[in-house]
Amino acid sequence: MTVVHIPGKKSHHIMLYALSTCGWCQKTKKLLDDLGVEYDYEYVDQLQGDEKEKVIKEVSSWNPRCNFPTMVIDNKKCIVGYKEDEIREAIQK
Amino acid sequence: MNEQGIAIAEIDRLYERLTREAEAAGYHLNPDVEFTKGLVSSLIINERRYGYWACPCRLASGTKKDDLDIICPCDYRDPDLNEYGVCYCALYVSNAVRKGEKKAGSIPERRPPPAERKRETRKKGRRLTGLSLPVWRCKVCGYLCAREQPPEVCPICKAKKDRFERFM
Repeated sequence: MTVVHIPGKKSHHIMLYALSTCGWCQKTKKLLDDLGVEYDYEYVDQLQGDEKEKVIKEVSSWNPRCNFPTMVIDNKKCIVGYKEDEIREAIQK
Repeated sequence: MNEQGIAIAEIDRLYERLTREAEAAGYHLNPDVEFTKGLVSSLIINERRYGYWACPCRLASGTKKDDLDIICPCDYRDPDLNEYGVCYCALYVSNAVRKGEKKAGSIPERRPPPAERKRETRKKGRRLTGLSLPVWRCKVCGYLCAREQPPEVCPICKAKKDRFERFM
């Protein structure tokens, strides 16, 4: 399991770090699907060993608590948690 | 089977057991049944993956002693229910949320970051002397009992023996 690309409307560069088992991560993914935008996601709980460590460091550089979902928009803005309004606003800008 | 490869009957059985145990102890599962069964399915996945019910919404290390505080029900459930009306993954909700008087949402992470957790385990509690028996505290629900050893399973919240700490 590694980064999965979901095609859609090109708006922003969206990277979603998520857990495959998490209800809020699923809701966040569904929101992006409903918005129909292009995005990438990665299920961090399905990674192993060095690959997992590397991605944990990546997430921690945006969000030191390293909790999920962590969404990075255009390599600039980071949204942690299923914050529907904040995500809609950031993406529709 | 659901999309995660877990048998629907297995999810339903665990969902019913958790509902029964929660209600008997004054807790409530999230009334959004579809969302909640998704979390129950994730608990089954984590049981298979790690050997214990690591919180579906937290990244488990896979080492049980480092994950003890996030084994469901986690050490943070009760303070989160008090403050936000939901636990971190929203499997459990307060009575107000269950009745629809308050909305369940995604809440901040209460679990301290790794460095702070290490410090916490090094702290030693003050022991009272002169007690005829040690007092054990369930770190999940706060249940206290005075006996030689903690119980196998907490009679209130069903947390296992390894979730107890020496309180006095």
